[in-house]
Amino acid sequence: MSRFASAELGQRAVSAPLLFTNARLVDPKAGTDARGELLVADKRIVKTARKITSVPKGAETIDCAGAVVAPGLVDMQVHTGEPGAEHLETLGSASHAAAAGGITTFACMPCTDPVIDDPALVDFIQRRARDTAIVNVVPIAAATRGLAGTEMTEFGLLREAGAVAVSGGRQAIANARVMRQVLTYSRDFALPVIQAVEDADLAGEGVMHESEAATRLGLRGIPAAAELVMLERDLRLARLTGGRYHAGQLSAAESVDVLRRAKHDGLSVTGGVSVAHLTLNEYDIGAYRTFLKMCPPLRGEDDRQGLIAGLADGTIDVIVSNHDPHDVETKRRHFAESSDGAIGLETLLPATLRLVHSGDIELPALLAAMSTRPAELLGIDGGTLAPGAPADLVVFDPDTPWIVKPQDLSSRSKNTPYEDARMQGRVLRTIVAGRTVYEYAS
Amino acid sequence: MAPMTSPTAELEPFPKTHLLGIGDLSPPDIDILLDRSDAWADRNALPDNKHAILRGRTQINLFFEASTRTQSSFEIAGKRLGADVMNMSVASSSVNKGETLLDTAVTLNAMRPDLIVVRHHGSGAVELLARKVANCAVVNAGDGSHEHPTQALLDALTIRRRKGRIAGLKMAICGDIAHSRVARSNILLLTALGAQVNVVGPATLMPPAVERMGVSVFGDMDSGIADADVVMMLRLQRERMSGMYVPSSREFFHYYGLNARRLALAAPDALVMHPGPMNRGVEIDSDVADGVQSVIREQVEMGVAVRMAVLEALSQNQARDNREPGR
Repeated sequence: MSRFASAELGQRAVSAPLLFTNARLVDPKAGTDARGELLVADKRIVKTARKITSVPKGAETIDCAGAVVAPGLVDMQVHTGEPGAEHLETLGSASHAAAAGGITTFACMPCTDPVIDDPALVDFIQRRARDTAIVNVVPIAAATRGLAGTEMTEFGLLREAGAVAVSGGRQAIANARVMRQVLTYSRDFALPVIQAVEDADLAGEGVMHESEAATRLGLRGIPAAAELVMLERDLRLARLTGGRYHAGQLSAAESVDVLRRAKHDGLSVTGGVSVAHLTLNEYDIGAYRTFLKMCPPLRGEDDRQGLIAGLADGTIDVIVSNHDPHDVETKRRHFAESSDGAIGLETLLPATLRLVHSGDIELPALLAAMSTRPAELLGIDGGTLAPGAPADLVVFDPDTPWIVKPQDLSSRSKNTPYEDARMQGRVLRTIVAGRTVYEYAS
Repeated sequence: MAPMTSPTAELEPFPKTHLLGIGDLSPPDIDILLDRSDAWADRNALPDNKHAILRGRTQINLFFEASTRTQSSFEIAGKRLGADVMNMSVASSSVNKGETLLDTAVTLNAMRPDLIVVRHHGSGAVELLARKVANCAVVNAGDGSHEHPTQALLDALTIRRRKGRIAGLKMAICGDIAHSRVARSNILLLTALGAQVNVVGPATLMPPAVERMGVSVFGDMDSGIADADVVMMLRLQRERMSGMYVPSSREFFHYYGLNARRLALAAPDALVMHPGPMNRGVEIDSDVADGVQSVIREQVEMGVAVRMAVLEALSQNQARDNREPGR
């Protein structure tokens, strides 16, 4: 079946120059979508052109047969189990799932055991990634010690160690005073503050979207207001402090309106959405399918449509997988008792391509939300096909149909909400720093 | 000498493998169960109530949540039909409740029961268990705030025997609608059979969008029960009377308790029902609970008939599907 590169040589390996021919080059940064060729050498993009004539000696030619070549995807919200829950997912196993999904860089969340709240732990993540991962991994550090929401961490030292953002993790930083200080202090280090936008008290014992569906299932609901209350408070604090606020995942249509107004007012705030919230709604939960239990919950179809509209008009900046591995131990329980979260690295691109196939968004705009924009937000290279950019690339056929079989997924955990779902679009090859790390073979 | 023939022998068979909820049933399915229950209710009024219909069958009552009445009702029903009945109470204090549920399913499969009656505190838990057991019929005896189908069936049977019909009757279901599986199953059943259903209670005990289930919502009890043919009271859990849902039992009774004055607003021959156990003086006045319009005792009696009908109907399907006749 599919082939992965080994992690042992990692990104230090030297690769031959690569010439991609017969490619549909989509550059979301430039907003272009055209047939052409692309040349890679020394881990970087050398040039793109209709036809490349001067090719270095020993270059390998890859005939893309009309497939899309685009900047590798950047997924800025990924949970792994490393450190602390390696039986669920390691950085290495997550990197295989990422590679199979065309993701060349992912940002890992700090909610591990121990919590990534210390420069030494940021360093640990980077060393483990260097030794075991086949894609780039960038760490997000905890904004408060132990993610307890009370004392700030060392933003400057964390940044110097390699952290690209700080976050409250799975829970919102609930205390408004602490949040104010976090947003204020982060300004000097240009670190975005990623917040899980949910008021825990208002969410209460809720386990799914508060609606008719929850009432019929006899499950407690989480009102959209639980998100709006926190988002509106945070935006008020962002206005007060001028901090770089990023709402990790929005789930409600009204949240998009709120964020749109804030951007219109000139605040430096951004927002994300998960692939699940763009492609699924509360009714997909069906008869208590726990793999669709997530935080924030899947909401109504109107919400989903509002999120798509927000993505299309640029209010929502990024799409994340919010990859969150769980095993049978915590997922095969009755709904209210089952853990939140779904895996998503490998299905991120195919699932979001549904929005292109349905005519909701153009391909370059979709890819921008999964490469250019997240790279900009995190201040890392990538998301472009411009000469000199890192040769992190994805080659995919947007039309190939396939069916998701959990046992075929690379992730160590199999809690996919797309079990047996039909997908249209398949990653054929993933290149990190000029080296093929994944190749699909049917 | 036990009588061998079933009073339901001439009646239509029930087409399902499990009874997980009223939501899975069509109106004809419901009628089939009510007709069969009706036959058992008549038969139960005669002497000699030991039958051999489920002889050799094993019925396990698996209760993750304590319940004296429902469990004993299922136990009597199974024993009257001749089944070997075993009661399993699973402690629900352990943190690994979910794990226990699926572990229990594995254990149960090894015991090869024919019928499992399950009550669980988690909505959807019984359905989850039903997917994991093999060659065995599962009866939902209450799952979280989701469904309690045999309760709705026994309520409907009680009403039907008293009023002769369900369609066109005006029902008022009063109290803690939000947390009540009895309310959900009754709303589904009564609306499916064409009754007009009002739900009455404080807004904090009303589930979101409940009107989408085809009911009318009333915050004022006097208007909610006006001209009702049936007033169905629900139990309010003690822990919900201390401030988060309602401020006190005193205030709740003042606005939502059923007393003689309020009952007079309903139809003159209105039935008073309660699934039990009752909180006298919280949701219902003792005079009303024990009054001439109360059919609360009859509900308990109908419960046994409904559960006999359900156990018998499901076991007949097993006999057809994967059992040797006369096993």
